[in-house]
Amino acid sequence: MNSKYIQEDKLLLIEITEEIDHHTTEEIRRKTDNEITRFMPRKVIFDFNNVTFMDSAGIGMILGRYKMMKMLGGSLEMVNVKPSIKKIFEMCGILKICPIIESEAI
Amino acid sequence: MKSVYENEMKLEFLSKSNNEAFARISVAAFASQLDPTVEELADIKTSVSEAVTNAIVHGYEDKEGIVRIHCKIVDNLLVIEISDSGKGIENIDEARKPLYTSKPNLERSGMGFTIMESFMDELNVESIVGLGTKVTMKKTIKKEDKLLGTGLNSLTEIQS
Repeated sequence: MNSKYIQEDKLLLIEITEEIDHHTTEEIRRKTDNEITRFMPRKVIFDFNNVTFMDSAGIGMILGRYKMMKMLGGSLEMVNVKPSIKKIFEMCGILKICPIIESEAI
Repeated sequence: MKSVYENEMKLEFLSKSNNEAFARISVAAFASQLDPTVEELADIKTSVSEAVTNAIVHGYEDKEGIVRIHCKIVDNLLVIEISDSGKGIENIDEARKPLYTSKPNLERSGMGFTIMESFMDELNVESIVGLGTKVTMKKTIKKEDKLLGTGLNSLTEIQS
C-alpha cells in the first residue's frame, strides 16, 4: 500500500497494492487510519489499479473508512476498480455512498 | 460407454488468516483443470475466501484450529466442501441474511454467505453448535466443446 497527500486539494490518495481479504485489511486499515488522522483530508481516494482480488472484507474496510471520513465532514471515492471487484461492491449498495470515479477526474 | 471425468483433493491447514490466500489459490489451481473462464475462476476464489474466513473468524474466533477443504470434480461439476470444528452457527437462516453479521465491531460486512450464494450455483450450510460448520458449494463449469483430462471424452464419442 502506498499513500500520497496532495495539500492544495486536501486529498489523500491510497494506492492498494495487495489482494484484499480479511488478512490484508488489518494493515491497510491501520495505515490508512494513521494517514487520515495525520492529514485530516477532505477526501480519500482509493486506487484499485493494482488490486487483483477482493472479497467481502474489502466492503467492511471501505465502509469503515467512509464512516471515519463522514465524521470528519469529508468523503471517499474509488478509482480503477476492475469488473470482478466492482461486482462485489454492487451487491451491497456501497457505491451510492462511496462512488467509483473516472481516473481522469483525479 | 461414455466415461465420466473425476478428480478429488483434500487440504488441511491451521486457522491462520494468511492461509486465506493459500486456500483460494490452491482451490483455483485445482479447478483450473476444468478450464474455467477468468470470471468463473474469480467467483470460485472469492467464495472460497469467504468460507475460509468465516471458519477462521467465526468458527474458531481466531483461536487455533484446523480448516479442511475437500474438492471434487465430477464431469464438469466442481464441489467444494469447507469445514471447521469450531463453535458452530446457532441460527443459520439469520447468518445467511445479507448484511447480517455477529461481529459488526470487526467491520465485517455481513455479505459472505450472500456472495457465496450468488457466485456459486448452489450453497448448503450445515452446522452443529459446539461441533462445527460445513459449507458445501457447487458450480458447473460450462463446457464449450473442451476436451477434459485425457481426452477420453472425445475418443469414446468417435467410437460410438
